[in-house]
Amino acid sequence: MEWETVIGLEIHAQLATKSKIFSGASTAYGAEPNTQACAVDLGLPGVLPVLNEQAMHLALRFGVAIGAEIAPYSVFSRKNYFYPDLPKGYQISQFELPIVGQGVLDIEVEGETKRIGVTRAHLEEDAGKSLHEDFQGLSGIDLNRAGTPLLEIVSEPDMRSAKEAVAYMKKIHTLVRYLGICDGNMQEGSFRCDANVSVRPKGQAEFGIRAEIKNLNSFRFVEKAINHEVERQIDRIESGLSVVQETRLYDSDLDETRSMRSKEEANDYRYFPDPDLLPVVITEALIEQARGELPELPDAKKLRFKEQYGVDEETAVLLTHSKDMADYYEAVISASGCEAKLCTNWVTGHLAGALNKDGLDITQSPIGHARFAGLLARIADNTISGKIAKQVFEALWNSDQTADEIIDQKGLKQITDSGAIEAIIDEVIANNAGQVEQYLSGKDKVFGFFVGQVMKLTQGKANPGEVNAMLKAKLKR
Amino acid sequence: MHNQTIAELAKGLQAREFSSQELTTAHLARIKQHSALNCFITVTEVEALAQAKIADQLISDGKAGPLTGIPLAHKDIFCTQGIKTSCGSKMLDNFQAPYNATVIERFNQAGAVTLGKLNMDEFAMGSSNETSFFGPVKNPWDHSAVPGGSSGGSACAVAARLAVGATGTDTGGSIRQPAAFCGITGLKPTYGRVSRYGMIAFASSLDQGGPMTRTVEDAALMLQTMAGFDSRDSTSVDKPVPDYSKGLNDSLAGLKIGLPKEFFGDNLNTQMAQVVEDAVAEYTRLGAEVVEVSMPNINLSIPAYYIIAPAECSANLSRFDGVRYGHRCEAPEDLNDLYIRSRGEGFGSEVKRRILIGTYALSTGYYDAYYLQAQKIRRLISDDFKKVLSEVDVVMGPVTPTPAFGLGEKSGDPIEMYLSDMYTIAVNLAGLPALSIPAGFVDQKPVGLQIIGNYFEEARLLNVAHRYQQETDWHQQAPAGIE
Repeated sequence: MEWETVIGLEIHAQLATKSKIFSGASTAYGAEPNTQACAVDLGLPGVLPVLNEQAMHLALRFGVAIGAEIAPYSVFSRKNYFYPDLPKGYQISQFELPIVGQGVLDIEVEGETKRIGVTRAHLEEDAGKSLHEDFQGLSGIDLNRAGTPLLEIVSEPDMRSAKEAVAYMKKIHTLVRYLGICDGNMQEGSFRCDANVSVRPKGQAEFGIRAEIKNLNSFRFVEKAINHEVERQIDRIESGLSVVQETRLYDSDLDETRSMRSKEEANDYRYFPDPDLLPVVITEALIEQARGELPELPDAKKLRFKEQYGVDEETAVLLTHSKDMADYYEAVISASGCEAKLCTNWVTGHLAGALNKDGLDITQSPIGHARFAGLLARIADNTISGKIAKQVFEALWNSDQTADEIIDQKGLKQITDSGAIEAIIDEVIANNAGQVEQYLSGKDKVFGFFVGQVMKLTQGKANPGEVNAMLKAKLKR
Repeated sequence: MHNQTIAELAKGLQAREFSSQELTTAHLARIKQHSALNCFITVTEVEALAQAKIADQLISDGKAGPLTGIPLAHKDIFCTQGIKTSCGSKMLDNFQAPYNATVIERFNQAGAVTLGKLNMDEFAMGSSNETSFFGPVKNPWDHSAVPGGSSGGSACAVAARLAVGATGTDTGGSIRQPAAFCGITGLKPTYGRVSRYGMIAFASSLDQGGPMTRTVEDAALMLQTMAGFDSRDSTSVDKPVPDYSKGLNDSLAGLKIGLPKEFFGDNLNTQMAQVVEDAVAEYTRLGAEVVEVSMPNINLSIPAYYIIAPAECSANLSRFDGVRYGHRCEAPEDLNDLYIRSRGEGFGSEVKRRILIGTYALSTGYYDAYYLQAQKIRRLISDDFKKVLSEVDVVMGPVTPTPAFGLGEKSGDPIEMYLSDMYTIAVNLAGLPALSIPAGFVDQKPVGLQIIGNYFEEARLLNVAHRYQQETDWHQQAPAGIE
């Protein structure tokens, strides 16, 4: 039997607000436990939530970016369940009336474009963290994260493979960072997802029974967890068992999912509108304003890069997957005045390679766009050769000097004086009579030897094109 | 001194006839003397005298306001920094609030003195003060009767002259009903008029704090300090606060009073009805016009209320889980045991009953039939009031179907107890302001008149009630033994 996989994702993006969604406490990551939890976050008796308007604006920005319906009137609800890191015994979320309604997003997988539906996106508060180690059989509670604003982005079950799911998640990841609404830091839990996975015989219209895999915080885990889960479900069905509707956890060490709770054990969350909060009202004017403030979005930028800079699809993706990278690239072009091709080669080649090697992203690049542009300008005007440029790049990476300072200091300037080059060529010819003979008798390979000798004597500073041409003329057969 | 009102005492303080410290000391002595009434959960003697000393300084510096140096007491539902805030429950018997409620902050800024924290039904759930973990409060007019609830300690303390004024909260009548039972004045403001920040939530969409005093004039003074927008409470309304004392004596000529025929049905005994009729007659002498009105949905108030209030409370009380503060059971075996025993031991039976009702009403499969249905009824009741209040200025009626009932008389029958709030609950569902003023006696026990006004028309209500107190002396009666 041929099986088809059906996947829907619930992505939790932490909104980049300074303070929490319903209190004034800071959202900064990594503070000492419970130092960023105020009376409201602790759920003390008598405290009340007040919506951080910035969270609403960020959610709205996401909504207009995916062309979604924006609810003119959305409502916060209480999602009731007991857990020690949930101080109030309920989570404030949105249920029946979310702020962002239906929208769409296009993904590209193996050269094909596919449209994925976004069902909704709603605002909610994060819970705290339970720490089960270091407390001699007790659990510790850290409420620093409690009340952190989240945007939960729920997709339609439109994805048909783990690859598509990853492409969709990456697409959202790129988008939220472009929009400046989420820092996308997956290690710190700022961007994570739950995957709803089911299988069905190919051609069948009804969905199979799904399992929900919780809390996946890397693209790699999403792919592995889904693939493992699909295999597990197919195995069960093929051996005559049925899939159980349940929540599962992915164990990245063992690369497997295991059951957390079944449908029967699932909480009845008893959602109801939170009487402490007023409905969120979004006017047409506010939507227009949010639309007007949208930056150029990733797809549009990619298209523009292809047209404006003549780069291919793969390179365009590389240059636009983060807004910082795209901005860097364009800043280099504009500051260096060089043609795009040279900039593209150097940004996606040497620079990207070096960043990758050191595990840095473009914002952490030791070479700022201005110094990098300085290097490219000297290549373009033939002050240095491509080979010398690599040496200058190394020096730029390890110092704060400009390319010009490095070139000057190390005397790397290309020798463009043909008289000087000619003298060196003559010297090489005179000192290597045997090789000259070989070359003249038809051994073409020996030509490279002469080039090498000249470059050695000029310490690489001679223009290779010029050396070639002059050598050819001198050794005319 | 203790028989004087806030307005009178403020004059005496200004004229240096006595100091706030003397006034406070006298009240602290009275609290001790009448401790059998069980009004107070906590008496803050040291803090009160310190506040009085500061108040005296303010007075001599000429910086005193109308409440400076006046000894008040607060329902133990308002968080008070560093002072036990129990909400009448074992659950919070060990809880010292680390912050002040907005209402408390405002009284502190006004220079008022806090004598202590007042007894109440547990988490404000009750109509008799019998659900308090700290034992029932007695009615000062009849020690075998209840003072009403849930602000029973507040009503009793004011009636017995243990505090000049007190705060209360009203979710379904918890200010007005005890005010009526104890023969004092109690005002429940419009929902959103007084900040709920720091007022421990029972039913968030219904709860509202308000003043409990001996006179309407005093209620106006206290409300002046309590009312106003608070950015920490999203449901507080950003609307200017009028001068509540200014129009107290305005003429009532042409005032249109609506009497809902549904308020005068079989449930109201003839003596109670007579008190209301006599009061209304007094108003006609003052130039008011009386019309009969109808609010056909008002008899659905109790069923709607007993879905909405428990539903909200079931979530509001989830934070009391033994994890961060409050009662925690001894040696829990695991997380579930911690929850079950902490909450099982910490809450009393009425609170548990309402949590169970609310949890049930919100459960999958029942939500539409109960919670949504109740919300629809709530809308209908609001619409009834809107219609009537577009035709009349105020609505009048009884506060309670009977005078104060006996201690233990209804505590075994929750439904019977719930029915005692039949005239007050609709006002909370609609979010309207309403007050209760003493209007007579039945069986030697005080009886109240309820006056309901339109949204944010507290000033009008106070004016209407004040004029009545200028013509009558029901509010000046004191219980026997309270000399």
